[in-house]
Amino acid sequence: MSEPESAYVGLSSRDAFGKVLVELGRANPRIVALTADLGSSVRTAWFAEEFPDRAFDFGIAEQDMMGAAAGLALAGKIPFVSTYAVFASLRAAEQARTDVAYGNLPVRICASHSGLTIGPGGPTHQSIEDVAIYRGMPNMTVIVPADGVGAAAATRAAVHLSGPAYMRLSRAKEPTVYRSENGIHLGIANTVRQGTDLTIIACGPCVGRSLEAASLLAGEGIQARVIDVHTIKPIDVQTVVSAADETGTVLTVEEHSITGGLGSAVAEVLAEAGQGVRFRRLGIPDQFPTTGPYEELVAYYGLDAAGIAQMARGLLAD
Amino acid sequence: MRRVALDLRADIVRAGRDVDGGVHLGGSLSLAEILSVLYFSILRVDPQNPHWPQRDRLVLSKGHGNLALCAALGRRGFFSIEELSSFNVLGSPYSMHADFHRVPGIEASAGSLGHGLPIAVGMALSGKLDGAGWRVYCLLSDGEMMEGSSWEAMMAAAHHELRNLTAIIDRNRFSLDGPTAEIMDLEPLYDKCVAFGWRTRQVDGHDVAALLKALAPPPEGDQRPTMIIAHTIKGSGVSFLENRASSHFGSLTPLQADQALDELRQAGASIGLEEAMG
Repeated sequence: MSEPESAYVGLSSRDAFGKVLVELGRANPRIVALTADLGSSVRTAWFAEEFPDRAFDFGIAEQDMMGAAAGLALAGKIPFVSTYAVFASLRAAEQARTDVAYGNLPVRICASHSGLTIGPGGPTHQSIEDVAIYRGMPNMTVIVPADGVGAAAATRAAVHLSGPAYMRLSRAKEPTVYRSENGIHLGIANTVRQGTDLTIIACGPCVGRSLEAASLLAGEGIQARVIDVHTIKPIDVQTVVSAADETGTVLTVEEHSITGGLGSAVAEVLAEAGQGVRFRRLGIPDQFPTTGPYEELVAYYGLDAAGIAQMARGLLAD
Repeated sequence: MRRVALDLRADIVRAGRDVDGGVHLGGSLSLAEILSVLYFSILRVDPQNPHWPQRDRLVLSKGHGNLALCAALGRRGFFSIEELSSFNVLGSPYSMHADFHRVPGIEASAGSLGHGLPIAVGMALSGKLDGAGWRVYCLLSDGEMMEGSSWEAMMAAAHHELRNLTAIIDRNRFSLDGPTAEIMDLEPLYDKCVAFGWRTRQVDGHDVAALLKALAPPPEGDQRPTMIIAHTIKGSGVSFLENRASSHFGSLTPLQADQALDELRQAGASIGLEEAMG
């Protein structure tokens, strides 16, 4: 059973992405990396060091970068676009939607510093709407890796998609969920802990925190199932519906607005399946987040292990 | 090429008469010579093999000029010009804005302004990276030079030394609501393009010879992208449409269309093309 541990265990999703991109670049000369003066932050600078001819900086001009990515793809390249999630999803949204998504072009939009990870950066830099925005674009695959290993697997898999993808990366290191890339496949949710009393469906750093919450709940005799829905679009309907069937209670957890993100996607699935389960969305309420150190912000919005466990208890007591 | 330009204008006028709901007349008519010169002299394209890897690429950034572009592609043989009669009909490949999924020969979808030059920059970066021989041409409206993204791309093209990129601004001096000088003044446009690091030329956009000369390849060693400011007349070739913001979009009555076609016929006769206007 023992398999070699992934080299990306313990890395943040952005670090793992940056390292895998270099590996991929060695094997595939069509891969190019684009940034808008954030190559060091989003780790495409490592690709630029090894492949300076295939790395393009557009300066602080995200619209031009996203449009140029479409142009590079039209001319046969596989562009990896990097910037912060807030800029990828808002400043360059129309180019992403009209030039990239409508074109159904193989552009990979790799957006770091998502959710609250920029901490004191505040609402100008926090990104709590990006999944909602990208989920609304036809043709777009939306990926939120749980940790470094998840990001490595997703980055590798994304190369083979024929259409565009949005990959949401974290600045901070996520709690470790995976030890191996084996078994991580786009479009298939991973049940990372079995349980029968309720299901916690999470993405990104909230997967590891949900596992910690499940451990806390287990100490109280509550067996929580934890599912990593790393591919929010297309969502794994089967896994979500089965878990709801089998546990009767579903809690979604995401570092994103509760409007339009993972929680909304799961709600859509459950409603259309006709499943009247107990259901709650945990995320950023419909308001702009406050500022502060990242871990404190996470706790403030109840997205740490204690907050998730508390919400789970409340939901079960309903 | 002057003959082709008149043919394109006749195609546009007939669409103005026949297409329900109207078409973009003014900004299509102003493109006639530019598209004629590009598709019948400059661009290395193969209508039988629209995805030929070594072809030159034209991005019509002013996607609302799609009627003129489709007329040029049809006349060049990418499809039968007769098909243009389905313009804007439900499910037709030919409609208001340029769409590369639907029409052979169209290189990029466009319609929202300020998108085309960034796309052209990406194509030119790819060509440069590969050491390819093909060039990228981008056809812009003057109005879309009000978009910040156009100037982002202007900076990037010069910064990345894209000598394989030529942009042409259809300087017809009108945007939807009125004269650009009143809506948002673009002048001094030539100076701005020069200041952004482009090899910049100004020509009469209805003068075929001047366009041909301006479109000659840049001299060896000059790494700058090329900008051609083509001074044109919105609605060019049809007296009652010229230089009017109201000619941006609309329909022609059969009577107006007859008059317009008659004017085009006379223009053809004046340059010895009595048999033109098919």
